[in-house]
Amino acid sequence: MTSTSAVSTLDQVMERWEPVIGLEVHGQLLTRSKMFCGCSADYIGSPPNSNTCPVCLGLPGVLPVMNRVAVEYTVRSALALNCEIPEHSKFDRKNYFYPDMPKDFQISQYDLPINSGGYLDLPDGSRVSIERAHLEEDTGKSTHLGGTGRIHGADRSLVDYNRSGVPLVEIVSGPDIRSSAQARAYVAELRGILIATGASDGRMEEGSVRIDANVSVRKPDAVFGTRCEIKNLNSLRSLQRAIDYEALRQIDVIEDGGSIRQETRHWDEILGVTSTMRTKEEAEDYRYFREPDLVDLDPDQAWQDRIRESLPAMPAERRQKLTARVLDPTPAQLDGVEVVIDLGLEAFVNAAIDAGADPALAIARAANELAAGIDDLHNLTLESFSATVRMEQSGELSSTQAKTVLGELLASGGDPKAIATAKGYEQLSSDSLGTTVATLIEENPDEWARYREGDEKLAQFFIGQVMKVTKGRANGKAVIAELQARR
Amino acid sequence: MKTAQGIARDVQSGESSATAELENSLSAIGARNEELNIFLYVDEAGARAAALSVDERVAKGENVGPLAGVPIAIKDNMCQTGIPTTCSSKILEGWRPPYNATVIDRLMACGAVPVGKTNLDEFAMGSSTENSAFGPTRNPLDPSRVPGGSSGGSAAAVAANMTPLALGSDTGGSIRQPAALCGLVGMKPSYGLVSRYGLIAFASSLDQIGPLSKTVTDAAMLLEAIAGHDPMDSTSLPEPSPSLVAHVNDGVAGKRVALVRELVEGADDDVVASVNRAVAALKDAGATIVELSIPEFRLGLSAYYLIAPAEASSNLARYDGVRFGLRVNGEDVAAMNEATRTAGFGAEVKRRIMLGTYALSAGYFDAYYGQALKVRTQMIDAFKRAYQQADLLIGATTPSVAFAFGSKTSDPMAMYLSDVFTIPTNLAGEAAVSVPFGTGEAGLPVGVQLLGPGRSEAQLFAAARVLELAEGRP
Repeated sequence: MTSTSAVSTLDQVMERWEPVIGLEVHGQLLTRSKMFCGCSADYIGSPPNSNTCPVCLGLPGVLPVMNRVAVEYTVRSALALNCEIPEHSKFDRKNYFYPDMPKDFQISQYDLPINSGGYLDLPDGSRVSIERAHLEEDTGKSTHLGGTGRIHGADRSLVDYNRSGVPLVEIVSGPDIRSSAQARAYVAELRGILIATGASDGRMEEGSVRIDANVSVRKPDAVFGTRCEIKNLNSLRSLQRAIDYEALRQIDVIEDGGSIRQETRHWDEILGVTSTMRTKEEAEDYRYFREPDLVDLDPDQAWQDRIRESLPAMPAERRQKLTARVLDPTPAQLDGVEVVIDLGLEAFVNAAIDAGADPALAIARAANELAAGIDDLHNLTLESFSATVRMEQSGELSSTQAKTVLGELLASGGDPKAIATAKGYEQLSSDSLGTTVATLIEENPDEWARYREGDEKLAQFFIGQVMKVTKGRANGKAVIAELQARR
Repeated sequence: MKTAQGIARDVQSGESSATAELENSLSAIGARNEELNIFLYVDEAGARAAALSVDERVAKGENVGPLAGVPIAIKDNMCQTGIPTTCSSKILEGWRPPYNATVIDRLMACGAVPVGKTNLDEFAMGSSTENSAFGPTRNPLDPSRVPGGSSGGSAAAVAANMTPLALGSDTGGSIRQPAALCGLVGMKPSYGLVSRYGLIAFASSLDQIGPLSKTVTDAAMLLEAIAGHDPMDSTSLPEPSPSLVAHVNDGVAGKRVALVRELVEGADDDVVASVNRAVAALKDAGATIVELSIPEFRLGLSAYYLIAPAEASSNLARYDGVRFGLRVNGEDVAAMNEATRTAGFGAEVKRRIMLGTYALSAGYFDAYYGQALKVRTQMIDAFKRAYQQADLLIGATTPSVAFAFGSKTSDPMAMYLSDVFTIPTNLAGEAAVSVPFGTGEAGLPVGVQLLGPGRSEAQLFAAARVLELAEGRP
């Protein structure tokens, strides 16, 4: 079954059935060190097991010491989700055997999490409740070789503990989500908040944000059905496809007279299907109990207030502010705003607008050229971006030239005017362009007459002629302006 | 044998040398270790290098530290870089830690010379050192009897004059009970006074490292050297190491000492007689004596045998064959885990892992583990009430003197009962010391236990010193 057919089929059954979705989103926190030791939390690209120490390898005798920044980031993201911060919270051990978990238990939070009871408002106006946001440690990574390529039946398993002990915030939503599109919007908004608070880099493709989706279906207004949990979804596309597939699967089972078994399911990205990982009967008894090696958390009010005051504006507010600067935004411009908010590029856009640039143009250049060069953004100053956009707007640079200049600025910095000169983009002054256009009009009286009579195609003819004469140094828009001035 | 205090003084003054003191220690170990099975590993080369370094620093006129050149035995559940650390378990055989426990670093910084690792009940689970995978340790005072446990090897090392000091760990009495059975001073410090970093966990909320020695002053010196806040242990108390040696001779004048009925209940007559004589000695030294009943103490054993195994079942999960120690291969990872743990753990460890796993299981948690936590809270409150009426409590350390091999191994409950007087202190996180006072059956030493609130170590040593003097020991 392809996802396209799943979606259309889902639309058809939507009259009769309603999916009920709750999401558990795990975000890796952007702390410098791991949750309980001094190893770097930035493990990507390190040779296997090089980013480890006795503590994150769980060697006999070691003890965890809480990373205060991890606690602060968890509270920051939770405050941005309107959560309560209870006066007292504690850490617990979640006990189960798994080779990539070095202690064979995970330090997490069970009944007294750091944060509880918040909500997140989505751009479409809907509200999703947040049940809790707690702090826990990440595991290592297993690679299973031979056999099935999964842990059971593999010939050999290799474990890399570089990721072991990286702090994660787990944000659990209420069962308030009613469609895969809403689920997608929720995760996108949540991701934006994690990035805005500085808690996470939000990079789903690198596994910084991972999602478990609880899905059930019901007849509208009926009681909730039995849910299945789909584990480890790591892109918005997978999330949406997996939910759609799973909801339809459950509807099929029920409509065929069957019933849903509560179970944990695996999403196969290639086949586009979910399959049983373990049933409720096979579920682990985690034997949670208070982690005796850590002290409880009793966050005081002053500390909370300090964090609350230091929170930057969240995506919803920023989106609203930026959209307000564009008159009658088109859908494409709204998408551009979304990219700008997502990547935190408002400073560039605002600087350009404040310097007199057209908001739509500033947003377009940020959402396209700056987004493409996001890793090199440190080379670009607000001034050089503003200047480039204004040069394009005034006709000093063509769109293509402006894009090239921005590319150059991102790659190695510099002054936009100097780059334009070096590239030979030095535009004709409007005086000399005017002279050139006037000469060409005189030399081509027939074409000019037809243009004056309203044949707009002839504008291209004149632009071509101007380019020929100026060896491409003219700006097409400026040529049209000159033509129209003489019409 | 010289005291630690005497050795440190002589090494620092140049009267003796760390090397000479170490060689005395090594020859004592050589003479009797085979017979008594005390040391599982003797680090001759490392100890000689450490001693030499102390001597060189003395020669340069440096102040080496309060334990200059003092040989010390380490219970084999504390990690020392590159030294085999087994917890007396097959599952860790051959494992060499890549790091030092905080106590090891602190000992070295004070000039002490760790000579090797001593036998224990596997993972510190036991009261006789009979549960060691590497054979039992014999009591140097009577080799037909146990030295107690689980720090039996450490106690026996001091009792056999192999080292003047030893480190033990006490989860339910594992320092105090072997101290009593070997005629030594042994203290369980307040929870958090000594860093647990590098102590291989049995029950994290109860474990505490402490000293074993022949004299009260030596125990105070050792504890002072290893105590104090450690940023590597979140449960470590925030204060620096307390001043203990300076207060050893403070006496008990004006102190209120309570004889606790439940701490002599069921003890042998000669043990009770020793406790009564100790009470009289404290009274003679100016203490006011009261009698108290603390019925909650009777619940301690049941609560302990749920809380300690519950924590152990989780702490011992990491011995799975994946990263270190023993691995017995299986068809898949789960089979490898199972085969490794089946072959690697002894019967008592398996019994406690099963007990603890059961106590934490869904559906049983509230009735067992949850109930035990409530008892623990009651215990803490009962101690608080007692300390409104007394500064210190007194009773027996253990119901009997050292017992014969095999006399309790077939009946776990009988073995567990040898910790009945020591467990309440661990549950409450408070401090207690066992001091030898008088003798019982077959002329074997009796241990009298003094208990105090958290951070009362100085007072406890002062009271223990009064008893030491009353016994005519210098």
